[in-house]
Amino acid sequence: MEKPYRRRDLLGIRELTEADIRGILDTAENFREINAREIKKVPTLRGKTVINLFFENSTRTRTSFELAAKRLSADAVNISVSSSSVSKGETLVDTALNLDAMQPDCIVVRHGSAGVPHQLAKVSRAAVVNAGDGANEHPTQALLDAMTIREHKKKIQGLEVAIVGDILHSRVARSNIHLLTKLGAKVRVAGPGTLVPGDFRHLVSDGLTVCPHVEDAIEGADVVMILRIQRERQDAAYFPTLREYSIHYGLTNDRLERAKKDAIVLHPGPMNRGIEISSDVADSSRSLILDQVKYGVAVRMAVLYLATGGSAGGS
Amino acid sequence: MPDEKSLTEKSRIMDSARMKRAISRLASEIVEENQGAKDVYIVGIRRRGVPLAERIVDKIAEIEGEMPLFGIIDITLYRDDLSTVGASPIVNRTELDTDIDDKIIVLVDDVLYTGRTIRAALDQLMDFGRPRKVQLAVLIDRGREHRELPIQADFVGKTVPTKQSEIIRVMLKEYDEVEGVGIFEKPSE
Repeated sequence: MEKPYRRRDLLGIRELTEADIRGILDTAENFREINAREIKKVPTLRGKTVINLFFENSTRTRTSFELAAKRLSADAVNISVSSSSVSKGETLVDTALNLDAMQPDCIVVRHGSAGVPHQLAKVSRAAVVNAGDGANEHPTQALLDAMTIREHKKKIQGLEVAIVGDILHSRVARSNIHLLTKLGAKVRVAGPGTLVPGDFRHLVSDGLTVCPHVEDAIEGADVVMILRIQRERQDAAYFPTLREYSIHYGLTNDRLERAKKDAIVLHPGPMNRGIEISSDVADSSRSLILDQVKYGVAVRMAVLYLATGGSAGGS
Repeated sequence: MPDEKSLTEKSRIMDSARMKRAISRLASEIVEENQGAKDVYIVGIRRRGVPLAERIVDKIAEIEGEMPLFGIIDITLYRDDLSTVGASPIVNRTELDTDIDDKIIVLVDDVLYTGRTIRAALDQLMDFGRPRKVQLAVLIDRGREHRELPIQADFVGKTVPTKQSEIIRVMLKEYDEVEGVGIFEKPSE
């Protein structure tokens, strides 16, 4: 039988083929039904252990992974490692080896530095799932975005997707660009020149355009994806003030007029209302922000299932 | 399951006409046992139980003039061999749109062999509610000696004593080129 997804680790979308991505999305589609049941639990991963190892703060993603694990009957342990406790002196690899010695089946990791999940995957016997590494990738976010788009547009192939905002610091943008272009969408990115590197178009071989103005990116788009201004990652003054950012780059109803009539709006959260997105857009029927969160649980159930299912038997 | 091409068919135990008659009989027995189609909820087990369940539903509608309830169960997430099958099997959707509480559930599958699939289906049903009764209908029963759990069928199309080295294949037009049931020999290893 054709296996939908052969890799045990999910490190990034870049490493996946189009067939892998479709396999994960199809599996996630079938997990949605469980989240609508009265008893939202299946015994599939009974006896398996999932460690959520978060070196960065997160409410949404961590909760989503925790619920996904629990709804599959896995035991989930959450470890929030503030930078101060790492400063006890243990290296990342030692932390990983210690956790691995407790024989978990899957480690879900978020870290402020790019490449940490890849490092972890090299030393750990458990499957490693990237829950966001620096400005590199956030694969499950891109997968849940794709699921939301597919639900509303029925396909991804041929869609025009605008990604607006702080592209430079955004792992969400990178994962989405890989995923959407692999599935045949055209992606246009825009934002302040300081936050949208001109050579960004080389990230993928085809399907990505860097637009000089937000209006150009939004023009005729089927999907408008707004990114959060990541002040915590900005080590310099990339734009003068938040008010100015909002005036020039914020998504308002006026700007959204340029998109297709049935365009949908996505935001990975947490959103800064009145800065990158106006409240009336965020609360409009075109905004699918809560759908994204809802599908996130199904996507993570699929990822955990594919990462750990059958792994105890060998290979 | 081994590659289909490597299997050699030893005998054809049902052709499409006999299969049709067996399904008709299953449908009659189900309504006779339950005194009609009221509260009867026919649930096909993926994959090949689903088209069989659909045919039983149509037949019952024909006999009783009343459509029984219909649903689909995918047991993948309830399997007891996930750690040994090697890789994650494909998950499909369970569709039990009508509440199962107080209904007479008739599980439908193509072949009853070890009973483990039925165990998984029963476990899943219990997560959905509390049916009044659960019955089992299968097209082919391979015989009690293969059973690994105390599970028997209430309605059987045909009992076929088989060896462990044999495979029974129920071929349906939804998935196969021909309709019928054949006994195949597993290739020797």
